[in-house]
Amino acid sequence: MYINVQKRFIERLAKEQRRIDGRAFDEFRKIKIETDVVPQAEGSAMVTIGETQVMVGVKMDVGEPFPDTPDEGVLMSGAELHPMASPRFESGPPGPESIELARVVDRGIREAHAIDMKKLCIEEGEKIWMVMVDTHVINHQGNLIDATGLGAMAALLSAKMPKYEDGVVVFGEKTNKGLPVNHKVVPVTIARIGGHLMIDPSLEEEDVMDARITISTKDNGNITAMQKGLSAGLSVEEIEKAMEIAVKKGKELRKLF
Amino acid sequence: MPRKDGRKAEEMREVKMEVGIIKNANGSAKVQIGKTIAFAAVYGPREMHPKHLQDNEKAVLTCTYMMAPFSTTERVRPGPSRRSQEISLVTRAALESVINLKDYPKTAIDLYIIITQANAGTRTAGINAASLALADAGIQMTDLITSIAGGKIGDEYVVDLTGDEEKTTACDLPIAYLPRSKKVTLLQLDGDLTKTDIKNILKLNIKACEKLYEIQVKALKNKWDGSSSKE
Repeated sequence: MYINVQKRFIERLAKEQRRIDGRAFDEFRKIKIETDVVPQAEGSAMVTIGETQVMVGVKMDVGEPFPDTPDEGVLMSGAELHPMASPRFESGPPGPESIELARVVDRGIREAHAIDMKKLCIEEGEKIWMVMVDTHVINHQGNLIDATGLGAMAALLSAKMPKYEDGVVVFGEKTNKGLPVNHKVVPVTIARIGGHLMIDPSLEEEDVMDARITISTKDNGNITAMQKGLSAGLSVEEIEKAMEIAVKKGKELRKLF
Repeated sequence: MPRKDGRKAEEMREVKMEVGIIKNANGSAKVQIGKTIAFAAVYGPREMHPKHLQDNEKAVLTCTYMMAPFSTTERVRPGPSRRSQEISLVTRAALESVINLKDYPKTAIDLYIIITQANAGTRTAGINAASLALADAGIQMTDLITSIAGGKIGDEYVVDLTGDEEKTTACDLPIAYLPRSKKVTLLQLDGDLTKTDIKNILKLNIKACEKLYEIQVKALKNKWDGSSSKE
């Protein structure tokens, strides 16, 4: 019942070009990025967007390459929607939402070739660096994708390679060498509410939106990943408008690193 | 740059669609696009189990996409993978908006998609098959759902990439498109493209989807006219 009243209220506001927390349609909530919040991880970041908070950690290890890319490192991503972060999350193995979150962020970084994977090869066909990016949601108040994307990028930028000696990784001893990061990739998620497009949906707005689109961009404004969510359809004009917004906002977000 | 199989940029591989191929299911279809083969079956509307997942106001659509272990050159490990779970999620979202779920409160509509042979475009072939299976089951829908992927090879925009073509390019842009309401219900991209690239690929994709719609309608008519060549 309450949800229905609030839903109608948020939709009505949208028609008047307003939002429940007073923001403009193209306005993010306050964003804060802190890095090296977990010194024992190779790289880490805590991202706060309004009341949403996620922690991203990068761990590295040496392993075998995939057969089809014998001279390239490996990037792996995961996301934990832990019950600690919201009454909506339940314990258990990762569900579709958590998998989508990790894969959408991963895709943006991977397709931009943000990390030079060839530089992560130690011995072709034998040994490569594996970069594992894991996200823990600390508090869920909407727009986990953008928070996770910013966190992943910040953590990768801050990461330092662990010491590698005589074919063994010396965990706990970091070198001064960073990861070979070429591009800064950021996702921008746009929600449609009452026929209007707005960025950075809060949890209340996520409950009302009928479609969602996430667009990842890199430094030169190219788009490296898109993902539409929820069941309502978008027109081609709406998709084109969303791209404009994501490119413009992406430029602003990259200044945060 | 000409395509290896001689197709034009805007030309799809050969498309075959058959409706009603799984007798036990309420609705079913098989869609073959080039070497990619997708089966889809719909069970329901039927009682929802477990009961606490029932929705008193509408039917619940479930969707499971999987690849058969023998569908690719290297065996696919059976069971849900992260990829297949994500595809199930976006497929469900692509289909849900055209189904009149409110006509079937408290029930489940269970949709299963199996890829028996994969040569790129499996999620899109699966959605085309699912669209036919839902219609075949007699479920009230406001539109059919068509789906295809496009990309860019060199400087040329192309539609319906083969597995070989996918290896030579680093982008893939699948969509699902509702031909009557002209809305996009699935949109994904992996790649490194400009806005203009994306606009052009979208245009090609939508054109192909309009052709797929005609083939879908024909396949449905074939079954319901009883004049299918397969029977």
